[in-house]
Amino acid sequence: MSFLTYLISGLSLGSIYAIIALGYTMVYGIAKMLNFAHGDFIMVGCYIIFSVTGALSGNSAIGIIAAIVLCTLLGITTEFVAYRPLRGAASPLAVLITAIGVSYFLENVALLIFGADIKSFSSVIKWEGFTLADGQLRIQGVTIVTILVSVVVLVVLQLFIKKTKQGQAMLAASEDKGAAALMGINVNRTIMLTFAIGSALAAIAGALLCSAYPSLSPYTGAMPGIKAFVAAVLGGIGSIPGAMIGGLMLGIIEILSKTYISSQLSDAIVFGILVIVLLVKPTGILGKVIQEKV
Amino acid sequence: METLLDVKNLSVYYGVIQALKGISFHVDKGEVVALIGANGAGKTTTLHSLSGLIKADGGEILYKGKELTKTASHKIVSLGMAQVPEGRRVFAEMSVLQNLKLGAYTRTDKVEIEDTLKMIYKRFPRLEERKSQMAGTLSGGEQQMLAMGRALMSHPDIILMDEPSMGLSPIFVNEIFQIIQDVNKDGVTVLLVEQNAKKALTIANRAYVLETGSIIKEGAASSLLNDESIRKAYLGE
Repeated sequence: MSFLTYLISGLSLGSIYAIIALGYTMVYGIAKMLNFAHGDFIMVGCYIIFSVTGALSGNSAIGIIAAIVLCTLLGITTEFVAYRPLRGAASPLAVLITAIGVSYFLENVALLIFGADIKSFSSVIKWEGFTLADGQLRIQGVTIVTILVSVVVLVVLQLFIKKTKQGQAMLAASEDKGAAALMGINVNRTIMLTFAIGSALAAIAGALLCSAYPSLSPYTGAMPGIKAFVAAVLGGIGSIPGAMIGGLMLGIIEILSKTYISSQLSDAIVFGILVIVLLVKPTGILGKVIQEKV
Repeated sequence: METLLDVKNLSVYYGVIQALKGISFHVDKGEVVALIGANGAGKTTTLHSLSGLIKADGGEILYKGKELTKTASHKIVSLGMAQVPEGRRVFAEMSVLQNLKLGAYTRTDKVEIEDTLKMIYKRFPRLEERKSQMAGTLSGGEQQMLAMGRALMSHPDIILMDEPSMGLSPIFVNEIFQIIQDVNKDGVTVLLVEQNAKKALTIANRAYVLETGSIIKEGAASSLLNDESIRKAYLGE
């Protein structure tokens, strides 16, 4: 029974990774860049919820909405100010290094405003959850909500991409920007929209992450960000279902190895998996082999 | 005849290399105009600057009297200029139908889009048979048809075709050229870029010969077809 408990908690952590990984993978898919600042958007989202909820004496719903709106604006601004000018730069490293710069920038701004001390974040999910099997299996409310939210996010995203014109434009631009422009698609605007969605997802992931692990510091987003990146690579970067599968797998592996192997080694195991995946199947589980143009 | 497209002194640089050295040409409404020349002559560059994919460094592109060199590429389609790019560039991981619908991206008239789709299926029955198939799984000739259908979905006044015969079997080449003629008969003006000069000159009204960024010859397609130097340089005789 305890195994089931750990499995469910792994599923829940994995759902958070999955939501973050979706942002990573969508931005990579269309802008062909790794937004290493993506994890820090989670932290920004958490601080916004923390501050707004605190100011409103505990109304976390408005805090979450504020976080989603402000993170979306932050994502759009970052793309416009820091990444767009470098699009088409001679080296793809330029934008990668800039993303790392943005990451440090956000962390240090948070340090400046909120200080280095760890804030205790009060969960946005008040529901206690329930116990099953005569109290042997306890499932927390935040665990269930997290899993449900990730499923809803995945379904909504898939519908958006498959059914809407903007979603189709996104797919087209991720395959071939020049051809997309020839269809009349505004590629810059499409990339901006992708950043907006990714950042909104980061805010949602932040709310869930800090509710499950209620300590907030300027570096809160860094590790989950990197792990979500591993999840995206594991699932096949650029693939939306891949991000979901990768995230869930990673969460389960992390919790199970923390439980049954060693809590100190769990991160090593997670990153070890990245190395193995890169060696065996560099394109990830659902990744496509990019065919050379003939 | 009404001039649809008037290019004046167009020049394009790639870094320090001048790819187009101030070329001028025009396309009248209803014509098929061919732009022929060897690899690297600047044919694709010309089409790319017409569609706004690369910025012109000098000169003018007048389309229906409107200057286009400063217009963003995504705005050019809705003006009635569509391009079938070199190498087809269909969206391989999307279905045939999705590709076609993207061709109508700038249009909002749902009913008329359906009508255009029916027309395209009529012209390319094979696309209808394969409408739910991923575009990447089509053969080269089918992909060329898809690229043409996709461009036609925008309901263009002029269609720019970049090497439509490239890499196709002779049967498909004939079919594609027949379709270009049919499309033209239906009132779409065609600017055709081709290395297969003989084929292009056979269906074109007029033609320009491009050599290392300059137009070295122009005239009626039939007279270029009989021109001694053209025959030697481009028709392999």
